[in-house]
Amino acid sequence: MSDQEHTHDHAHSHDHAHDGHEPLVVEDEAGNIEGQILVDALQTLLVERGLVFPGEVRREIERIEAPGVHLGAKIVARAWVDDDFRTRLLADGKSAVAELGIGVGEAQLIVVANDADTHNFVCCTLCSCYPRSILGQPPAWYISKAYRARAVREPRAVLEEFGLVLPDGVRVLVHDSNADMRYLVLPQRPKGSEGLGEDQLAGLITRDCMIGVSVVGPVA
Amino acid sequence: MIPRFDAGDRVLVLDLGKSGHVRTPFYVRRHSGVVLHRCGAFLNPEDLAIGNVAGPVVPLYRVGFAMTDLWKDYRGLPADMLCIELYDHWLNPVEAAVRAD
Repeated sequence: MSDQEHTHDHAHSHDHAHDGHEPLVVEDEAGNIEGQILVDALQTLLVERGLVFPGEVRREIERIEAPGVHLGAKIVARAWVDDDFRTRLLADGKSAVAELGIGVGEAQLIVVANDADTHNFVCCTLCSCYPRSILGQPPAWYISKAYRARAVREPRAVLEEFGLVLPDGVRVLVHDSNADMRYLVLPQRPKGSEGLGEDQLAGLITRDCMIGVSVVGPVA
Repeated sequence: MIPRFDAGDRVLVLDLGKSGHVRTPFYVRRHSGVVLHRCGAFLNPEDLAIGNVAGPVVPLYRVGFAMTDLWKDYRGLPADMLCIELYDHWLNPVEAAVRAD
């Protein structure tokens, strides 16, 4: 039994069968979360001893959670309207997005472009590496063991479950972000979007398209 | 450390049997792939995890593997590929591995 399972057993009694997935957060009947109780106790001590100001932890969480999908969408929209920017973005993601005033906290940003022949998508089999500074925090499914294991094992089946069936002949490139790089998928600009401006284009671009489990649909 | 490999080089992933914070998943060990890109040099996560921040830095590469090579029952196109980052010390040139056999 691993340490993780051991802790899990202590969190609640096993009088019911698990239905194939493990809960992300284990609460007792009163809504207490074991980890939260420990964190609260530690934070109270740190504040009492003057090591942390009241509100400092909350502000830090707010700072960490402030980046979001809007940043990634801005990057993609610029790449759709500006070929020179697109070239720089694919060559050196971190430097190119700095031109837009977007800071990448991770070591490097690798931008991978979808085209008529290639579909890219991103996972992290070992943990939950994700381009957080431009997409925010990852969705729960991205850090699930099922996604992490299956994305590299049967990527086409996973994409189909997300509702994406690739056209015949399109190859799949799966990027396991297991170390220092972070990845952003540059989706294809959709048909019917020729007349749209950069802001309108940004509005079409979703998180899942930039992870690569979806594509940007045609504009009616 | 000077990078030993460059884009296009064929490499074999070693199975070093290390414990701890290794970043080389089992599913690519003992498989050969092609270096796609030099990523630069980074502190070794195996050292960082135990508080050794003194270095040295290790070259990191993105390496591509044919899905049909990683998984014998893979369902998809022969061109489907898995791209992953591997540190220099986990790799051997494929030619050297063949001679060792």
